[in-house]
Amino acid sequence: MSAREYRTVASARGGLLVVKQVPRVAFGDRVMIRDHRGRQRNGQVIRTSRSEALILVFEGTDDLDLETTWVRFMDEPLEISLSPELLGRVFNGIGEPRDDRPPIVSNVRRSVSGSAINPAARTYPREFIQTGISTIDGLNALVRGQKLPIFSGSGLPHNRLAAQIVRQARLMDEESGFSVVFAALGVSYSDARFFEEDFASSGVLGNVVMYINLADDPPVERLALPRVALTAAEYLAFDMDRHVLVVMTDMTNYAEALREVSTAKGDVPSRKGYPGYLYSDLAEIYERSGRIRDRHGSITLVPVVTMPSDDITHPIPDLTGYITEGQIVLSRELHNQGVYPPIHILPSLSRLMKDGIGKDDTREDHPRVASQLYALYARAQEARNLASIIGAEELSERDRRYLAFADAFDRQFVSQGEDEDRSIIETLNLAWELLSRFPNDALSRVSETDIAKYHHSGKK
Amino acid sequence: MSTNPRSGTIQEINGPIVTIQLPGARNGEQVKIGELGLVGEVIALDGEEAIVQAYESTEGLRPGEPAEGLGWPLSVELGPGLLGGIFDGIQRPLEQIFLRAGDHIPRGLTLPSLDRERSWHFVPDPELEIGAELVTGMRLGTVQETDTIEHRILVPPDRFGDLLELAPEGEYRLEQPIGRVRTPDGRTRKLKLYHRWPVRTPRPFRRRDHGIAPLITGQRILDTFFPLMKGSKGAIPGPFGAGKTMVQQQIARWSNADIVVYVGCGERGNELVDVLESFPKLQDPYTGRNLMERTLLVANTSNMPVVAREASVYVGLTIAEYYRDQGYDVLVLADSTSRWAEALREVSGRLGQMPVEEGYPAYLASRLAAVYERAGRVETGGCGNGSVTLVGAVSPPGGDFSEPVTAHTKEIIQTFWALSKDLADARHYPAVDWVGSFSEHVHTAAEWWHREVDRDWENKRGSALALLARDAELSRIVNLVGPEALSSAQRWELEGAALIKEGVLQQSALDPVDSFASPEKQFLLLNLMLTIYHKGAELIELGVPVQELMTLPMLTRARRAKQTYNSRQTDKLREMLEEIVLEFEQVRLEYAKFEEHAR
Repeated sequence: MSAREYRTVASARGGLLVVKQVPRVAFGDRVMIRDHRGRQRNGQVIRTSRSEALILVFEGTDDLDLETTWVRFMDEPLEISLSPELLGRVFNGIGEPRDDRPPIVSNVRRSVSGSAINPAARTYPREFIQTGISTIDGLNALVRGQKLPIFSGSGLPHNRLAAQIVRQARLMDEESGFSVVFAALGVSYSDARFFEEDFASSGVLGNVVMYINLADDPPVERLALPRVALTAAEYLAFDMDRHVLVVMTDMTNYAEALREVSTAKGDVPSRKGYPGYLYSDLAEIYERSGRIRDRHGSITLVPVVTMPSDDITHPIPDLTGYITEGQIVLSRELHNQGVYPPIHILPSLSRLMKDGIGKDDTREDHPRVASQLYALYARAQEARNLASIIGAEELSERDRRYLAFADAFDRQFVSQGEDEDRSIIETLNLAWELLSRFPNDALSRVSETDIAKYHHSGKK
Repeated sequence: MSTNPRSGTIQEINGPIVTIQLPGARNGEQVKIGELGLVGEVIALDGEEAIVQAYESTEGLRPGEPAEGLGWPLSVELGPGLLGGIFDGIQRPLEQIFLRAGDHIPRGLTLPSLDRERSWHFVPDPELEIGAELVTGMRLGTVQETDTIEHRILVPPDRFGDLLELAPEGEYRLEQPIGRVRTPDGRTRKLKLYHRWPVRTPRPFRRRDHGIAPLITGQRILDTFFPLMKGSKGAIPGPFGAGKTMVQQQIARWSNADIVVYVGCGERGNELVDVLESFPKLQDPYTGRNLMERTLLVANTSNMPVVAREASVYVGLTIAEYYRDQGYDVLVLADSTSRWAEALREVSGRLGQMPVEEGYPAYLASRLAAVYERAGRVETGGCGNGSVTLVGAVSPPGGDFSEPVTAHTKEIIQTFWALSKDLADARHYPAVDWVGSFSEHVHTAAEWWHREVDRDWENKRGSALALLARDAELSRIVNLVGPEALSSAQRWELEGAALIKEGVLQQSALDPVDSFASPEKQFLLLNLMLTIYHKGAELIELGVPVQELMTLPMLTRARRAKQTYNSRQTDKLREMLEEIVLEFEQVRLEYAKFEEHAR
């Protein structure tokens, strides 16, 4: 390794170092920094010219001085070692052990920035994953290789929902579950602990790799963490042929860290101070999920995004929604009514659902039942709005029926226990129980065959 | 244009922007960067330094590495073999790259865009004689590119003059000459089955022409309510989840264009795979052949380098113009122009240019206008009329249509298909909002509809929109005081609007019968719903209670008609109309009897 050391730091602020008189440093290379007390920090070159280099310091620039700081250019990109031994381990945002065990040793080292999957090399995700949660399986089904975020708000049970998905997710016809890559970005100690205990108690811990950056860990490290985690996920999926479920919480903290650094760099801000490249940056992360032709493994990505002030038009959820294949939206209103999981179906969507459900995948009536439930629930919301103005007593009989349907839907279909693992057939039967509150001719989105087969009026 | 390659040295690397000491460089020139040989383009000059945007990731690049100015601008290869293919933002063939390099796209790999090994059966134009004067765009001969598309080999824009030699019918590979021409400067130049063209320069044509026929997309809300002419430009703005991509894919599937160029610009990889996997299995409703034979994809997904995203739109448009010059009606779908604009913003930000609105550079509006202006119906050099229709998706942040990209686009385009989050949330698809959308082509399109389908088209369209407007008005009242406050006639108006929405506007992309509707089917459905409304209104005038009408089973039948009968079963729809008129007559008679009784 032809590493070179310099003590020519010219400025240090906002997680960034400028080092002078360093010719020929490669863009994106890894850097080691030693501070006045001899402690090591890690960094990466993010701009380089013939005279100076700009370095992003993952541990931040606090407590650095200009005189005694040593910078060592490692002449290699930011890489991590990969082996099956990853499973069961805990690392920090740049892939160093956090569990007092030795680092991973392997010949397989890969750059964490990855390279774009050739679109021609992908195959379309179409295998239904049963999460056991009715609002997801029935109405916003997740398929293998999809990226489907949970849009939430502070204080809502997104982590409990994510943990439930991890526990229950499986394919219809396969017993083997998923390997899990868990990425915690700026979460509290108790949240990280919650996941760890949950994995332990459900016995999957040996099948989980954790990358943890807590709320009091250096924020700059969060910029590397998702890429490190996905490099591990790619290895497990496409080298080890495993189906990998990646859970990332909370991507809002990632975007905040990006804004912090971009501001320090002096980038031109676009909306709310976030850099113009936030979209491309998030896409580089999310697009690493998927399925690849002739490869057995897959990466399914479930990131958690908390919406600042519950605002879905905030740049972070907004840009995320443009990249991901749908979104599961949690509602504070449902949460306050004691509904768990508080999934608000109207703004929720799974773009890949259409090819993963139906006759050969779940049941033939599934697409039409989902469409019918949506239509009725949307109509019922109008009745609810009306009732809140003129009072439920004043509603027509038709509207009162919608109102009763919506209440029953929230109570029976949306609500379920944290350990309740409903099969898709149970979910669909439950749906028909609700649909049967309506006469046949009010159900224009299901077919006549569906009605004859599943509507309770048709059954003896 | 071509000069000898000049060499230079890398000075600075800032993400995709590389500063290179390269004296004599020209703006727009292609550059090979570093030891890896990454591809880039000069976007600004400053003394002896060229500011270069790299189309590939610059990771690992060092100051001091060599670079080379190639002397030509970003160009594409135009010739047989484009259709059915998938190319990246600078026209590299992605399928070949996959076969050569595996799952990920390697850097510095240059492969020819068109297959050099494949031979094509060339048939020279029988009317062309040796010594004939060749004009740009004139047809030299043909090659059957796919079963449906005859590829016309044209005189390239820089090779006009006297024809010296033309090859006989036979099999030729792309690099084999098929003729020679003496250009006006006295040089003898070879003609081949393909030629190159710089993407940022619009291809020449004889003159612009008016659009005369609407683009039929088979989507009722688009064709019937907000028509787009062939050779015109349209935009589909919508927040995420409103179904932009679905609408674009539906248009790509069912429109009556000869060629479809689908530019996936900064969007999801899986969406392109969806097209790649599903189109070969779908049938073109006009020719009965598989849809991929007339489609080609330009793909720069959101995770691919941002600079090539900016180029991808120009690459798509240039290929489209090339087929236009062969006399075809070409449709370009760009999904999404917002990502294209963001690529501009990212580069301008890195150059430290002064931002104007939301960080976008001041030249956003003029660049957008120049892109859309490449659409048009033209008289070609030698193949009659051809057209390029451009439909751009717009992804406004937060669904806010007043943001710069949507606002500027709105000023340029002629058809605006606004998608609404509220409609999408209620699963009203396609979620095209009839209040916010517009088309400047209704009168022009009416001529076609009146000639080809029915003379009452414009009237019917107008009354349907009027009914929908009344519905919006009445709904506001209902939301305040409840439906009981409305008169019977008003409640029937609501029902009439509901029939239009459910029976005509909503269209399921997933239902094989409903996915495509011929213009005739579109008109018959509209007529059916309006007839029900008008007949019902007459009865209400006579005093028939609205509840009685609302429970008529024919209403459910009418709502399902779109899924019951396909575009060939228009006679069934006509029968249905007659039956419904009779049913209303019966209700009227019964009511009259009942009235008499009561008296």
